[in-house]
Amino acid sequence: MTTAAPSRARRVADLVGRARELGIVVALALVVIPTAFVNPRFVEAQGIRDLLLNASVVAVLAAGQTLVVVTRNVDLSVGSVLGISAFLTAQTFADHPGMPIVVGMLLGTLIGLVCGAVNGLLVAVGRVPSLVVTLGTLYVFRGVDFALAQGTQINATNLPDELLAMGNGRLFGIPVLVLITLAVVAAAALYLRSYRSGRDLYAIGSNPEAAVLAGIPVPRRVFTAFLLSGTVAGLAGALWVARYGTVDAAAGTGLELQVVAAVVVGGVAIFGGSGTVVGAALGALLLGTIASCLVVLRIPAFWQQAISGALLIGAITVDRLLALRLARELRGRSDHDG
Amino acid sequence: MDLPPDPPPLVVLDGVAKSFGAVQALSDVSIALVAGEAHALLGENGAGKSTLIKTLAGVHRPDSGRVLVDGVEVRFSGPADAKAAGIAVIYQEPMLFGDLSIAENVYTGRQPLKAGRRIDTKAMHAHTAALFDRLGVVLDPARPARGLSIADQQVVEIAKALSFDARVVVMDEPTAALSAREVERLFDVVEVLRAQGTAVLFVSHRLDEVFALCQRATVLRDGRHVWDGPLEDETPDGLVRRMVGRELSALFPKQDTDAGEVLLDVRRLTREGVFTDVSFTVRAGEIVGLSGLVGAGRTEVARAVFGIDGVDAGEVFVNGRKLKLGSPTAAMAAGIGLVPEDRRQQGLVVDASVERNVALASLGRLSRFGLLSRRSEQRLAQDWALKLRIKTARLGAPAATLSGGNQQKVVLAKWLSRRPSVLIVDEPTRGIDVGTKAEVHRLLSELAGEGVAVLMISSELPEVLGMADRVLVMHEGRLVDDIPRADATEERVALAAAGRVAS
Repeated sequence: MTTAAPSRARRVADLVGRARELGIVVALALVVIPTAFVNPRFVEAQGIRDLLLNASVVAVLAAGQTLVVVTRNVDLSVGSVLGISAFLTAQTFADHPGMPIVVGMLLGTLIGLVCGAVNGLLVAVGRVPSLVVTLGTLYVFRGVDFALAQGTQINATNLPDELLAMGNGRLFGIPVLVLITLAVVAAAALYLRSYRSGRDLYAIGSNPEAAVLAGIPVPRRVFTAFLLSGTVAGLAGALWVARYGTVDAAAGTGLELQVVAAVVVGGVAIFGGSGTVVGAALGALLLGTIASCLVVLRIPAFWQQAISGALLIGAITVDRLLALRLARELRGRSDHDG
Repeated sequence: MDLPPDPPPLVVLDGVAKSFGAVQALSDVSIALVAGEAHALLGENGAGKSTLIKTLAGVHRPDSGRVLVDGVEVRFSGPADAKAAGIAVIYQEPMLFGDLSIAENVYTGRQPLKAGRRIDTKAMHAHTAALFDRLGVVLDPARPARGLSIADQQVVEIAKALSFDARVVVMDEPTAALSAREVERLFDVVEVLRAQGTAVLFVSHRLDEVFALCQRATVLRDGRHVWDGPLEDETPDGLVRRMVGRELSALFPKQDTDAGEVLLDVRRLTREGVFTDVSFTVRAGEIVGLSGLVGAGRTEVARAVFGIDGVDAGEVFVNGRKLKLGSPTAAMAAGIGLVPEDRRQQGLVVDASVERNVALASLGRLSRFGLLSRRSEQRLAQDWALKLRIKTARLGAPAATLSGGNQQKVVLAKWLSRRPSVLIVDEPTRGIDVGTKAEVHRLLSELAGEGVAVLMISSELPEVLGMADRVLVMHEGRLVDDIPRADATEERVALAAAGRVAS
């Protein structure tokens, strides 16, 4: 007999899966609504545009990071990759004033791809734990960045106007950078959900040993995840130039922790195997929104970090509790009832 | 006799040999798996069954010999190759992806696709449901694999095998963790597979299951092929004789001692789901062997007595005094020592020096005002290294650099330096070369001579029979037999371990 109605176990799993993303939406409402009462301009079109714009860089990075984290790895070098990509892209624009914007974007992306390949090779082929590798390359890439920059700064006046226009431009009332972010998130989400190699990433993070026995090319898949994370960080570097116009070697310093926080708050299990790109992007939006709300509510800046940190711990705790609860539910009731 | 022409075998191992370092796991083993036939693979622990299975699975590459699929020689360079050849292996504890759905587990890497090479989830669920239909089981393809019972996990693995049209299904002790009802369902599934022309290789220690399910059997002993043939004219006892059938060597010199008073008295010890109602005594000067199959609960009993795991019921007396259970500290204070099964993980701190390891259980005695004296550590280690003839370049060398036998002596020295009244040794000679093995045996025998009560867990029957004054046999968590030395034969112990106690 084929099961027609979804089983209880499936329903519970679905519910928990959705609860993670739903929870973020609820949390967003909880911070936005009170803030809107204090300052109604917060929820006007421009206010919302600013919120999305502020979250977009972290959201792009979080999309890439999700690919890595579901394989039970982590990429801590994304802030440095963004930095080196931003600086080199800006410098190239400054040195070649006539260069088309697309070429600059591709250049930044390519720089990220090379950095991602370095990480991927060390982790997948060198079998060095990713925490160590990317902690190392975090400093290596940043160091190279400083060495290349030699203390210089590239200002908006040296950059092509079209680039800056793109950074502040809109399409159908939505900032272009937000649209690009949405595209990256959608592409990553589609890859993870609907492609064999994307599903393999979950399998690897869920049970690495079984992944080998199932014939999944584990090193190649892990390499790809780091390659994509680096590539996305490179693109984010180029977008950074467009958004801020002023770039020195320190761009994106410390961003990696915000990204990891966004991913975890977004419900991606830090030990791999589950979580979605959309969740991670929502996590980035939530953290960014909280920061903005605290500004609007005139809460001192140092509280922001403490609150973000507390939220991170809260998110992980809730996540663990949900996972344990889910495991108990799934074990507790046999599925033979169909 | 006129036999109908046999169908050609699907998969053949021909004269396969495999060694790991100095250990010859398989030598010149052949087996042929025929469509529609369930073939049992039998042998004691360590006979080479796992190695044979992993060779079929493409995990191990044979050192010599051939693997033939449909009469053509093949070379598997990994599990994916064996899978491509139509061989599916279902391990005792299946390896599933808990976060993924059942359907995704079945179709890992082979998900049905729709436009744009995207996974067609609907089709995948429908295919999986159809597979479960064929197997006659009800499972929701969309639920995550996490939380499935072992039996259901095996069903998922079997569905996976069906999904890539596996023609050979290897099952490694699939029934070990199943309830009687689940075993029945598994057997139904195997019958379905057979009817569809699949060859099944079935590994089990439960002979009644083998006779119920299989038509043919191959017996391995010490990595060698000793017999194969149809099961219809065989008896369980005959098979057991083939599995053991070994000469007792004079390697095991147990001195005769007069058993003294009871030092270890275990009464009705129970840990739910692991072992039940285990009672036995060990007297001073006695070596009691604890035999049984892997997974029968022997190690678990030892761990409970030593206080590592808690118990649900029962009590333990040492030297006539009741022992506080659940506390290794209390067990040590009462005079119990435990030489664990896994030397490298549990018996030693492998990166620490030999002298540190020897002194590890005596730190309280060696320290003054809470400070540890390096010199007294060294003195202790020197004493025992001499007594046990530990071979090492220097006592400051990490324990990891020693041979297995000498590592075991270090673990023994650690406990002996505490002068225990009860010593529990779990697989004391596993992975140890023959010469050192004899030394360990001599040592245990001397200890008993000095009045220590020794409980020896061992999967090696000759060792048990040679060393033990009495043999206790466990089967599925229960103590099923208590055999005095005079009556202990390989057959009787092996039969008891298989759950067939001679009356």
